[in-house]
Amino acid sequence: MCSDADKALLMLAMFVALLGAMAGHFAASAGLQWALVPVARAAEAPPAVAEPLRVCADPNNLPFSNQRGEGFENVLARLLARELGRALEYTWWPQRRGFIRHTLDSGRCDLVMGVPADFERVTPTAPYYRSGYVFVTRADRHLDLKSLDDPRLRKLSIGLHAIGDDYANVPPAQALAARGIVDNVRGYSVYGDYSLPDPPRVLIDAVARGEVDVAIAWGPLAGYFAPREPIALTVTPVIDERARDPAMQFSIAAGVRHGDTALKTAVERVFAARRAEIDEVLRDFHVPLLAQPEGKT
Amino acid sequence: MHARFKCVLAAACSLFAAAASAPVPAQSGAAATDDIRMVAPLPGAEWQLPNGDLANTRYSTLAQITTANVGELKPVNIMHTGISNGHEGSPLVVGDTMYVVTPYPNNLIAIDLRKPYGPLKWVYEPHPDPRSVGIACCDLVNRGASYADGKIIYNTLDAHTVAVDAETGKPIWKTRLGDVDVGETITMAPLVVKDKVIVGNSGGELGVRGWVAALAVADGHEIWRAYNTGPDADTKIGADFKPFYAKDRGKDLGVTSWPADQWKLGGSTVWGWISYDPELDLIYYGTGNPGVWNPDLRPGDNKWSCAIIARDPDDGSMRWAYQISAHDAWDYDEIMENVLVDMDFGGKPRKLLIHPGRTGFVFVLDRATGELLSAEKFQPSTNWADGYDLQTGKARENADKRTRYGVVTRGICPSSTGAKEVVPSAFSPRTGLLYIPAHNTCMDYEGIESNYIAGTPYLGASVKMFPGPGGYQGELVAWDPAAAQPVWGVKEEKFPVYSGVLATAGDLVFYGTMDGWFKALDARSGKLLWRFKTGSGIVGNPITFNGPDGKQYVAVYSGIGGWMGAVAFPSVSADDPYAALGVVGAMKDIKQYTAAGGALYVFGR
Repeated sequence: MCSDADKALLMLAMFVALLGAMAGHFAASAGLQWALVPVARAAEAPPAVAEPLRVCADPNNLPFSNQRGEGFENVLARLLARELGRALEYTWWPQRRGFIRHTLDSGRCDLVMGVPADFERVTPTAPYYRSGYVFVTRADRHLDLKSLDDPRLRKLSIGLHAIGDDYANVPPAQALAARGIVDNVRGYSVYGDYSLPDPPRVLIDAVARGEVDVAIAWGPLAGYFAPREPIALTVTPVIDERARDPAMQFSIAAGVRHGDTALKTAVERVFAARRAEIDEVLRDFHVPLLAQPEGKT
Repeated sequence: MHARFKCVLAAACSLFAAAASAPVPAQSGAAATDDIRMVAPLPGAEWQLPNGDLANTRYSTLAQITTANVGELKPVNIMHTGISNGHEGSPLVVGDTMYVVTPYPNNLIAIDLRKPYGPLKWVYEPHPDPRSVGIACCDLVNRGASYADGKIIYNTLDAHTVAVDAETGKPIWKTRLGDVDVGETITMAPLVVKDKVIVGNSGGELGVRGWVAALAVADGHEIWRAYNTGPDADTKIGADFKPFYAKDRGKDLGVTSWPADQWKLGGSTVWGWISYDPELDLIYYGTGNPGVWNPDLRPGDNKWSCAIIARDPDDGSMRWAYQISAHDAWDYDEIMENVLVDMDFGGKPRKLLIHPGRTGFVFVLDRATGELLSAEKFQPSTNWADGYDLQTGKARENADKRTRYGVVTRGICPSSTGAKEVVPSAFSPRTGLLYIPAHNTCMDYEGIESNYIAGTPYLGASVKMFPGPGGYQGELVAWDPAAAQPVWGVKEEKFPVYSGVLATAGDLVFYGTMDGWFKALDARSGKLLWRFKTGSGIVGNPITFNGPDGKQYVAVYSGIGGWMGAVAFPSVSADDPYAALGVVGAMKDIKQYTAAGGALYVFGR
C-alpha cells in the first residue's frame, strides 16, 4: 500500500484540486468566491498560542453554512472560536454521503456544527437547539395545515425532500406513506443542483411557484427561505401526534471525533454560557425553535 | 487483428526481456464443443474490449499456458499506478501496446510491450471534474475501456466519454454525457458496437434517472439516448417492443408503474456491462435499483429498474425487457453481465443469455425473445425468493424477507451487495461452464437511525451485513447453465470473490481474491494449480494475450477498493458495523490482510 503519508498527500492534492475546481465553477455560476483551504476567518486576533478551531462545513447550504460565512452555523462557529480564544479555520466539503468520513474521520477538522443529537458517526455535544418539520404553504391559500392526519393531505400535492441514500427518507415521507398518501407526493432531491446556490431551497421555491400545494420541510430551511420568496408563505409546525410516526422533531448538536472529550466539553461550556446569544442568532435566522425534552439540555 | 500486430511477431521483439522465444505450439482444442457455439469469439491474441468479446464470455482461445505448465507462471512486470482507490476493470491489449485506465483521475496509460519490462509510451490525463469525487457512491472506480478504429474509448468519473488516439495518446474527442451537479457519474466500461459506442450512467443513490446512450465512434456525437424510466417516447418503446411476459407489457409502464412523477428520480442506472449479438443485432444490459424512496413510497413495479433490456443498437429502440424483481426492496441492482452463448438447452439449440444475478439466481433467457428458461440459485443461502415461475416470469418471493420501513427484518440473503457484484464471470465453451465470482453475505435490516445530510435530519435504516451460513464468504462457482446446477465450487473463507474471471482454452480459470491472491484453477475440476500473492486485494478482471514475442501472458490489476473493498482504506472505521453502507460488518478483518494501492501485474512463463 501507499504509506499513510502518501495517501494523505494524495488526498490533500485531490482535495485542493476539488476546491480549485469548485472555486472556478461557483465563481462563474453563482457569484461565490472560493478560496483554497484553510481559510482563517476569525474576526479578531486570538491569543497567539491557541490551536485554531478547525471546522468542516458545506460551502453552499444556507441557512446552515456557506463559504461567505452567512449561515447560522457559521455565526455560531465564530461565537465558539471567540469564546474559546481560538482562530477559526474552515475546511469546506459538501455535506453529502461520506461527509463525516472525509472530514472528522480523516482529520481535516475537529468539529462539525450540526448533527442530530443521537448521531452515531460522531460524538455529539449536548444539543444547542431543537426544531421540527414544518408545513410550508402559500399564505393566500389559507390552508392552515397542522396535522399529518388532515384529510386534505390526500388531495393536495405535497413536496418533500428525497434523500436518495439507500432506505433513507425524511420522516414526513414515511408518515404519509403509512397513511397511504403516496401518489400525490413529489420528491425533490435534497442534493438539488449543486451548481446553484443553496440547492435544497428548490423545495420551498416549489411552493412559491405553485408547483406543489404544500411542502413539508425541515424547520430551519423553511424558516429562512419562506420570507425570501416573492410571495407570502406560511410556516406551521407539523404536530407529531401519532405514536406510530417516526420522530418529526430533532435536537441538533455539534459533533466532534469519537474520543475528543476535551473539545466536546469546551464546546458544551460555551453553549451553556452563551445560551441567550445562541437563541438570538437562531431567532434572527427564523429557525422554528422547540423546547428541549426533559433531561436533554 | 492488426496488420501491425503481425509484423511485430518477428523474433526481434521481446516482451519484458523474455528469454529467446521457444517455438510456439499451435493452439489446440480451441474449438467449441459440438453443441456450444460462441456468438462473437474473441479475435486472435489481443484483448480489445472490456470483457474480451462482444458476448461477454471472457473466454480466450489462447492455450500456450495449460494445466500442465501454469505452475511456471511468474510475474514479468509489475507497475504501480500511484493511486490508492479500487482498481476495477482490466487492461486492453491492442497490437504491441497495453492500455490501462486508472481509477479517478482516470488516466490512460499506454505500455510498450515490445521493450523489456514494458516502459510507458505515454499517459493521457483527462482531468475529470474533481467534484465528481464527492458524489461517487462507492469508491472512485473505473471499469475499463474499449478499442475501435484506432481509438481507446473510455468514461471518466465526471460523466464524460473520451476517445484517445491509440498511437499518440492525443485526445480525439470528448463528450459530456451527464451532470455531476445533479449526482451523475460514469464508472462503467463502454462497449463499441459497429460504429457506435454504448455508454450508461451511475448515480442511482442520488436519484438520477438511468439511461444508455450511443455515441459515434468517429466524432463522439450523441446519436441516441434511451432512458430506463419514463414515458415510452423516452424509453424508446415502440411497435417493435415485444416483451415475452404479460407483466412487462403495457403503455408507458415507465410512468404508470410509479407514483406520480417519481420516475424522474427513478434510478435504474446502467453501471455494469453491455453485450452485443451481431447476428440478432441487439445490445443487452441490466439496470440498477429503483430510486429514490423506500419501497413503501414507490408502490408499483418501478419499471424498468432491476431489468434485463434488449435494444437495437442503431436507434436505441427497446425490443424486449424482462424485469427480474419488481418493486425492489433490497437494493439488488441487476447490472451484471449478460453472457451470450448458443448452446443446447432442454434438448434443442437455443440462443441463450446467461445472467448470474445479484439476486442469487442464474437467469437463463432466450435472448431473441426474452423468455425465461431457467432461474436457479447459485448461492444456496438466497432466501428473498424461493424461485421463479417460468410461466409468468415472476419471482416466488418470501414475504418474511421483504424489507419494510420501521420493521426489523433479520437474515436476508443475499445482502444488498448481492450474491455477486458487478465483477464479471467467464464462460468456457470447452467445459460448457460459467465461472461465477460469488458472495455469501447476508444482512439485517434494522429499522431506523438518525442521520443528517445537506443540513437536514432524516431517518435511515441500519443495514448490517455479515457472512452467510457455511463458514465462508466467497466462492468461485462453476455453473452448468444447461443443467441449471453447480458442478463444483471453490470456497473462499475470508472474503467475497470480488474479482472478474478469465477462462482460457488451456482449460484454466483465473481470478483474484480480496486478500490479494491471484489464482489459476483447473477449469474442469476446480483444482488449484497455481497462485501468487499480489500487493493488494484484487477487484479487477484478469485478461490474457499474446505478446509481440508470440508468448502468452496473463495480466490483472491488484488494488483493493470498490463498495466492499473500500473498507480496507485507512479512513473507514473497522469498528462501525454500519459504516460504508453496512458492509463493514462483513469485511471487518480485511485490514489484517491487505491495504490500498494499485498495481498492474503481468505474468508469463
